[in-house]
Amino acid sequence: MTNMTVGDKPKISPFYDPKVRGLFFQVLMLALVALGVFIAYRNAVEGLRRQGVVSSLGFWDSVAGFPISFKLIPFTELSTYGTAFWVGLINTLFVSAIGIVLATILGFIIGVARLSTNWLVSKLAYWYVQIIRNIPLLIQLILIADILQHLPNTNELKENSLGIYLSNKGLFTPQPDFLGGSQYIFYALLAGLALFIAVYYWAKDRQTKTGQQTPLLPIFLGLVFGLPLVAFFATGMPVQMQYPVKTRFGFQGDATLQLEFVAALVGLVVYTAAFIAEVVRAGIISVSKGQTEAAGALGLSPSQSLKLVIVPQAMRVILPPLTNQYLNLTKNSTLASVIAFPELVQVFTGTVLNQTNQAIPIMGVTMLVYLTISLITSFLMNNFNKRMALRER
Amino acid sequence: MKIKITGLVVGAVAVLAANAASAGTLENVKQKGFLQCGSNTSLAGFGLPDAQGNWTGLDVDYCRAIAAAIFGDGTKVKFTPLAAKDRFTALQSGEVDVLVRNTTWTISRDTTNGATFQAVNYYDGQGFIVRKSLNVKSALELNGATICVQQGTTTELNLTDYFRANKITYKPVVFAGSDETTKAYDSGRCDAFTTDASGLFAERLKMSKPEDNVVLPEIISKEPLGPAVRQGDEKWTKIVMWTHYAMLTAEELGVTKANVDEMLKSTNPDVKRLLGTEGKFGEGLGLTNDWAYKIIKAVGNYGEAFERNVGQGSQLKIARGINALWSKGGLQYAPPIR
Repeated sequence: MTNMTVGDKPKISPFYDPKVRGLFFQVLMLALVALGVFIAYRNAVEGLRRQGVVSSLGFWDSVAGFPISFKLIPFTELSTYGTAFWVGLINTLFVSAIGIVLATILGFIIGVARLSTNWLVSKLAYWYVQIIRNIPLLIQLILIADILQHLPNTNELKENSLGIYLSNKGLFTPQPDFLGGSQYIFYALLAGLALFIAVYYWAKDRQTKTGQQTPLLPIFLGLVFGLPLVAFFATGMPVQMQYPVKTRFGFQGDATLQLEFVAALVGLVVYTAAFIAEVVRAGIISVSKGQTEAAGALGLSPSQSLKLVIVPQAMRVILPPLTNQYLNLTKNSTLASVIAFPELVQVFTGTVLNQTNQAIPIMGVTMLVYLTISLITSFLMNNFNKRMALRER
Repeated sequence: MKIKITGLVVGAVAVLAANAASAGTLENVKQKGFLQCGSNTSLAGFGLPDAQGNWTGLDVDYCRAIAAAIFGDGTKVKFTPLAAKDRFTALQSGEVDVLVRNTTWTISRDTTNGATFQAVNYYDGQGFIVRKSLNVKSALELNGATICVQQGTTTELNLTDYFRANKITYKPVVFAGSDETTKAYDSGRCDAFTTDASGLFAERLKMSKPEDNVVLPEIISKEPLGPAVRQGDEKWTKIVMWTHYAMLTAEELGVTKANVDEMLKSTNPDVKRLLGTEGKFGEGLGLTNDWAYKIIKAVGNYGEAFERNVGQGSQLKIARGINALWSKGGLQYAPPIR
């Protein structure tokens, strides 16, 4: 006290220095976590070694020897375990991607319906959300699969001229068989899409400059549907429809919509839509009524005010929780393994794990896959969110 | 979900508890005071809990026999119902002391899986069941059929091999649990359902109209079902395998649950050695010398257990067939107790 001169920084012992203390505890925490991971890892390796279990992904290129009923890439009994992994992963991504699109559409409809002034519509939407949201997804999936299994048996179905059969093996419809020359139809479709995008930007530019709007819908239909249709007739109709052929065991070939896929998709969409509906409702309510009135005062029609004023503002509230719902849907798709839909968990941690017994490598890879999918989804949605966010000047 | 959770828990346990299990299993079991036995979730004749939670079945009786050999009390067993695909992980991680869950003995399971098999308590083979209305007489006619199969079994692999070998195709529908598999077949989702022949008879009982379904004649695989233990514990392995052999020897010698007390007075040296009134064979196993007496007192001999659970005394009514004693033309053969 006596030796201290004014202006000198008081010397604090490092023990009481908040900075040093903070740093110390952070390093300690990190060390503890690292130690925990290390002990778990060493314990697992040592335990497995002692029991004669060799852990590796060396099976990856071996022949799997089992078929998979639902696949988007070629897979036979002679394909490898690695290919089985990709089949499972692509099935997971496929059902999740379609699920996300459909759940978003259904969720928006129900969310808006809940705010409807029509008493019946809003109550229906309310009860939909309350019931669906509060029943575990697994039970809904099993119920849906069970209901679908009670569709008619294939051998009970009478042949019909449309060639459309709904059975407990799935939906069978005529499937297109592309002959030579049909690639031009595909090229026409691509060209149509490219042209439409060009027109879209031109129309936007024109509106900004002159304020005149271009009717885009007929142009879209003409380019994206009309152009391939012209190509179809010009090349002499090279697409033939293959009607389902009845056999002793149902129909030849794969179903257009397989039962388990439909059950998984319906379950995921119905469940997630209930949550999305609430997110959408919250978003719309968050935009103050004054905005609608102001839009009306500017002479915007109700649909224009929704599209140009309400939704863009509501999106700022909607997007972050919506991202969560997308992640949930992707992760929930693992539950479809219970109803025999061959997604990643069913194929890889089920059949492949059973045959190779590499529990730790397979579980590790599977966890990494879901982590990666979730992180990529978050990244994309966060970027989108940044673009939608209010820019303060 | 239950199955998934078990899978995850089992996985986590495998990571954290793998080492705990490697102390002597017999000592661990004695210390706990009961045997933890991995069993089927619900397979009539092998492992099935009734409404009161009492387990019955051939595999269940095997577990009771082991418990009786150790504690002299066949009720000192706790059962862990395991899905097919989780069973080896549960064994490896030490969650169960022994796995008696109609499990097929194969070379990979006996080596790289970390499991050891020593005895076969039921010789089985894989078959198919179809609806009579399909008018299928042979499995070879199943070309293009949709087949329900349970995941995590050798069944899944045999099915593929059989169809590949015969150059015919099928569409698989793969479930994790046996109940879901049977239900899907029963609803008509699948044209055929495949599992071990004994299981087909058991599952048929659960179907809405059992008599409308027929088991096809083909047996497409060898399925020696037996108990599995962890590798590296010789003492425990021997207790588990000799439990089965004691039950077989008892059947050979005509020692039953009813007459075992009387048999203690027998002068037949084979019976005396079995029941421990002569020799010190039980001590060699790390048990008491009356170990086999305790087993028979608790569950009876192999023939009794067979008839009670899967044979004429049960709903399944499966004939002894290849599971008869070697002396009666079957495959069940016990090394001598001497």
